Amino acid sequence: MARRRPARGGDGTGPEGTSQGGTVQEGTGGAGTGTRPRLVAARLSPRDVLHVGSGGLRSRPLRVVLSALGIAIGIATMISVIGVSASSEEQLMRRLDQLGTDMLVATPGKSVFSGEEVELSRNAVGQVARIDGVQHAGATGTVDADVRRNARIPADDGVGVSVQAASEGLLKVVRGEVGSGTWLNGATGRYPAVVLGHVSAERLGVGRAGQQVWLGDRYFTVVGILDPLPLAPELERSALVGWDAAEELLGFDGHPTAVYERSASDAVSAVRDLLPATIDPQNPQDIEVTDPSAKLQARAASEGAFDSLLLGLGGIALLVGGVGVANTMIISVLERRYEIGLRRSLGAARGQIRIQFVTESLLLSGLGGAVGVVLGAAATALFAHVDGLPWVVPAWSVAGGFGATLLIGTLAGLYPAVRAARLSPTLALHAV
Amino acid sequence: MTRVVGLTGVTKEYAGGVTALREVDLTVEEGELVGIVGPSGSGKSTLLHIVGTLDRPTYGTVEIAGFDVAALSDRELSALRARHVGFVFQAFHLVPGVSARDNVAEGLLYSGMPRAVRRRRADEALARVGLADRAGHRPHELSGGQKQRVAIARAVVGEPDLLLADEPTGALDTASGESVMELLHELSAAGATIAVITHDTEVADRLPRRVRLRDGAVVEDVLGRVPDRVGGNVPGRAHGLVAGGAGADA
Repeated sequence: MARRRPARGGDGTGPEGTSQGGTVQEGTGGAGTGTRPRLVAARLSPRDVLHVGSGGLRSRPLRVVLSALGIAIGIATMISVIGVSASSEEQLMRRLDQLGTDMLVATPGKSVFSGEEVELSRNAVGQVARIDGVQHAGATGTVDADVRRNARIPADDGVGVSVQAASEGLLKVVRGEVGSGTWLNGATGRYPAVVLGHVSAERLGVGRAGQQVWLGDRYFTVVGILDPLPLAPELERSALVGWDAAEELLGFDGHPTAVYERSASDAVSAVRDLLPATIDPQNPQDIEVTDPSAKLQARAASEGAFDSLLLGLGGIALLVGGVGVANTMIISVLERRYEIGLRRSLGAARGQIRIQFVTESLLLSGLGGAVGVVLGAAATALFAHVDGLPWVVPAWSVAGGFGATLLIGTLAGLYPAVRAARLSPTLALHAV
Repeated sequence: MTRVVGLTGVTKEYAGGVTALREVDLTVEEGELVGIVGPSGSGKSTLLHIVGTLDRPTYGTVEIAGFDVAALSDRELSALRARHVGFVFQAFHLVPGVSARDNVAEGLLYSGMPRAVRRRRADEALARVGLADRAGHRPHELSGGQKQRVAIARAVVGEPDLLLADEPTGALDTASGESVMELLHELSAAGATIAVITHDTEVADRLPRRVRLRDGAVVEDVLGRVPDRVGGNVPGRAHGLVAGGAGADA
């Protein structure tokens, strides 16, 4: 003021010829007689909105933490539920990629005429291997013998391990790995040697290759133990002996009971069509063809389906958190009536008071949401680490969590903000 | 002279049949220093609200800085307050935990000026009230008198056409109160238009013009500083002030 007045007198303009804060007022006649330019309320810059909106939070840090906590817990629950499911699914999908989706298994079905189980021909593997596109083929044949830890275990004390004759190429088809020892070869396949799936090894109490198990009526030496085979879980529970040894020592008839083949990816459907007729040209309808990767895919999808109960709990926590934020905002408005009055007297329009409190509410819930995302991601990481899963937090869950937070922040802040804006500006003057 | 405040026939009735103001006519010219005096319940707070455009009259017209208040929307009224009216409160209403400079700059927040300009002007305003060296202090580090000076700096930082002070000395001890009144006199001498609302006759009697309210009506509107009926004044001083005449601040 002190600076303005002399200048006014000096330049001789009308007393109203003043420019303040962006309003330009044209000098006119005496007050009340002339028309004044319209008053235009200034807009707050985004930075000022943020500053004003965070003012209330900065002065009450403990309350901010407590009321943001509810939102944080809700978001963290939802993110971790989704994250853990996604991690499990990712694990299976990665396995599937590794194992490939190009393996098919042909098994004998029941004859449509006799109703009896049909037999596959002895040279089914050779025929399948000649199909265009087939890269590897192998077979197993069920052997009528049981396997025990040693001879002193009674025969009826079954451990659920079946004895199978395995062709030499089988391991390549199922992409199995031998964890301990070696796979059957031309030499060991003729002698009482056995390779155990990892489940059967466990059930028979065999820790490493070199031990012996009682199989049929003699001891067989365990030459190898397989790693888990997700594409052929039936082999995990088998004791595999060489084709020749099975025929010579265990009375195996030489008919395969499952033919495994792996082809180029683009040939899978063609091979699928040709398989039954190749194996049994007379009765192709009796041959069943299955795709083990399809089962694994279905399992991955079900692992990926998150627990809706836990998700619902997270949603409830979020809702309660939102109610907490609304509550905090209402109290904040009550406590700061003087501040609202002061701001109105300083020239804040109703809309600017509304924006201030909606911003505060958004910051409060946004803070909770951010902390929740971090906590949820950390919980997922911990779970994934403990279970040896890959760590996956889907972007859509983070975006969805934030979206929900902002929606809650707006809803929770709107009513208190409207109330704040409706307060009479004379309140600041009714002080103390 | 330009009319800064023009009230004509202003009546304010509150719900429940209370009439706070009856047919008040009041004109304040540019550069005046007016005391609005009256006991509590006399309607001076209501008058302050209406002059400060925080409230609207039930009847009558209000013209502030040349604007007819009745014709303005909430947004326009807010802009009017942001640019043309400054408030000083009894309880200061400084934002705790925020430096004096930022408290003063808050007075320009709704004027649309950029932040840097607001802070620079805040420093200038603090210098004007003699607190240039306290710009970085927070309210709890300031005395009551200093707080009120910061509040006055906040009110004048936007160079308003009208400064309204509501019991500016009400929360202060005598010495601080005197220094605050001195500051208001200085601002007035520099050309500011100021209305001081007070129930304190001692404060009022030193103002060049007093508008006395009772039961919502103006009962007295006197120019000249020293009414004879106020006891305790040194006659010589009173004489000199009377000679100065109404409205002359030099």
